[in-house]
Amino acid sequence: MLKDEDRIFKNLYNDLGWEIDPAIKRGDWLNTSDIISKGKEWIIKEVKDSDLRGRGGAGFPTGLKLSFAPKELGSRPHYLVINADESEPGTCKDRDILRFEPQKLIEGCLISSYAVSAHTCYIYIRGEYFREGQRLQEAINQAYAKNFLGKNACNSGWNLDIHIHYGAGAYICGEETALLESLEGKKGLPRLKPPFPALIGLYGCPTIVNNVETISVIPTILKKGAKWFASLGKPKNTGTKIFCISGNVNNPCNVEEEMGIPLKDLIEKHAGGVIGGWKNLQAVIPGGSSMPLLPKSICETITMDFDSLIKAKSGLGTAGIVVINKDQDIIKCMARIAKFYKHESCGQCTPCREGSGWMWRMLERMADGEATYNEIDLLYNVTKQIEGHTICAFGEGSAWPVQGLLRHFKKEIIERSHEEPLVKKRTAIPYLIDQHLLEKDNA
Amino acid sequence: MSIKKISKSQPKYFEFSQKNIQEAKREIKKYPKERKASAVLALLYLVQKQNDNWIPLVAMKYISSLLEIPYIKVYEVATFYSMFNLSPVGKYFVQVCTTTPCMIRGSKKITDICKKHISQKPNILSENKLCSWTEVECLGACVNSPMMQINQDYFEDLDAIKAEEIILKLLKDEISTPGSVKNRKSNAPEKGKTTLLEVKNA
Repeated sequence: MLKDEDRIFKNLYNDLGWEIDPAIKRGDWLNTSDIISKGKEWIIKEVKDSDLRGRGGAGFPTGLKLSFAPKELGSRPHYLVINADESEPGTCKDRDILRFEPQKLIEGCLISSYAVSAHTCYIYIRGEYFREGQRLQEAINQAYAKNFLGKNACNSGWNLDIHIHYGAGAYICGEETALLESLEGKKGLPRLKPPFPALIGLYGCPTIVNNVETISVIPTILKKGAKWFASLGKPKNTGTKIFCISGNVNNPCNVEEEMGIPLKDLIEKHAGGVIGGWKNLQAVIPGGSSMPLLPKSICETITMDFDSLIKAKSGLGTAGIVVINKDQDIIKCMARIAKFYKHESCGQCTPCREGSGWMWRMLERMADGEATYNEIDLLYNVTKQIEGHTICAFGEGSAWPVQGLLRHFKKEIIERSHEEPLVKKRTAIPYLIDQHLLEKDNA
Repeated sequence: MSIKKISKSQPKYFEFSQKNIQEAKREIKKYPKERKASAVLALLYLVQKQNDNWIPLVAMKYISSLLEIPYIKVYEVATFYSMFNLSPVGKYFVQVCTTTPCMIRGSKKITDICKKHISQKPNILSENKLCSWTEVECLGACVNSPMMQINQDYFEDLDAIKAEEIILKLLKDEISTPGSVKNRKSNAPEKGKTTLLEVKNA
């Protein structure tokens, strides 16, 4: 188990106070101006050497991302945007950073803004986190009062202003280009890439978008050294991570642990075990609802890092672990996730807008035992038609969990889906298998 | 995409209060001068705050003239985002999270209580017109599930008894203390921490 001294977020449970004075005592804002005086190249190189990977879901190397910003400030200003639009079901780690460790985030903003030559930083918080936003605003005001922000921030010679921008309940705004659209005061519809935001982002200017947790760990990495961070976890999957363990466990909690910790350890040691004991475990969603679930057999041995989970045909995502025990109806659980995606699809791309609703309705029928036996293949077919055919990764996010269910729990679905199809002939004609034709009145 | 019901009875006039005009100016100042449109979400929130939790059409027109953008741009933003209410929701708006992590820990009990005490169907005002409820997608407090949000505050670690208490008080125009109803310390494990046992401010 990770030693307490190696944990980055010492105030994860707010035992020590969130205000700026206790935060300074914990080591925040220590030597910040020295770090900045070492220069942009040094900062980016240290972050690269630490092998830090983005904590927002995709796991993109952070040092590389920071290096994408144009080296010199041209005629257009640069922006740093912090993604605090945490809405992935099963994930609530950024909320704790905003509430209890805001100074880590603010310090990270200053260092990263300097590294990407940005004088303005926007923090995009989901609208539901209104209280967390208020807390962060207070923390920002405290930092301004101590001259850690504003003109010549923290005696570094760099000017930085941080603004909070609230979202308004759209999951899609967690996607970086949709977030930028929303920040510009439009509907949150993802943009086509390329051009990538690093060159053409917010207001058409170079913009770096990063997750709250990623930015918050950067100051500690620079202070303790890239070597220290890289020594934790596994190669290419380094450092620590906040895991959120929710669902059917005795003590749901957030906990900071080393990357590559066995999933079983997290559940048994930190979350008090599965309700009804380990033998009562049915499945685990390892990284927020977009990641395919894992059956018990894989959960026995799997370790929690990006590469091991990809090998198991899932992913670490945001590390929001949802434990599902045998008292739950697994098909119903996934049908609810499909409903979530149906509700949150922005409606820009047809495969996702229509397909997410199809998947939901089919899964609901399967859960109720009203589905026909040929619908199982049809469902798989629909997921394959969504995946890879949309502008943003939402398509994959909605299709993968259903594919995961079909991969590991096909037996359960087959047992329940045995109705005779109403349309038997000429099913190869697409419009005949259209949903509304399967209603008895329309057949 | 959420389905938005636009209220049939609309007020004829809307204007920000003096205090909110100042607030709106502060919001607009956050963005570059020629990018005033960015403040549209913030201004819609302000309308909602001033106008009992909902946004009338005339307020959207007011915002469009304030930010010098077409009315349709405000309208499409207000209808796209699920947190903007386009018809009255009452003084207290109860939002129950029902996504999978909350569902498997019993969010149905909470919605049943809302059905029993507030209204049979979601988005309908209670008899005394004081509150309404709805089912929402993940509110991002999964380790404190099941939970609900009343206006801006989270009520966490609910069970049927506690949720009923909170709702009944609400119908009498009394608001309970937000946070975990079990007096649990933030997101730490309920039965004692497993990490950060001896950390102190250095």
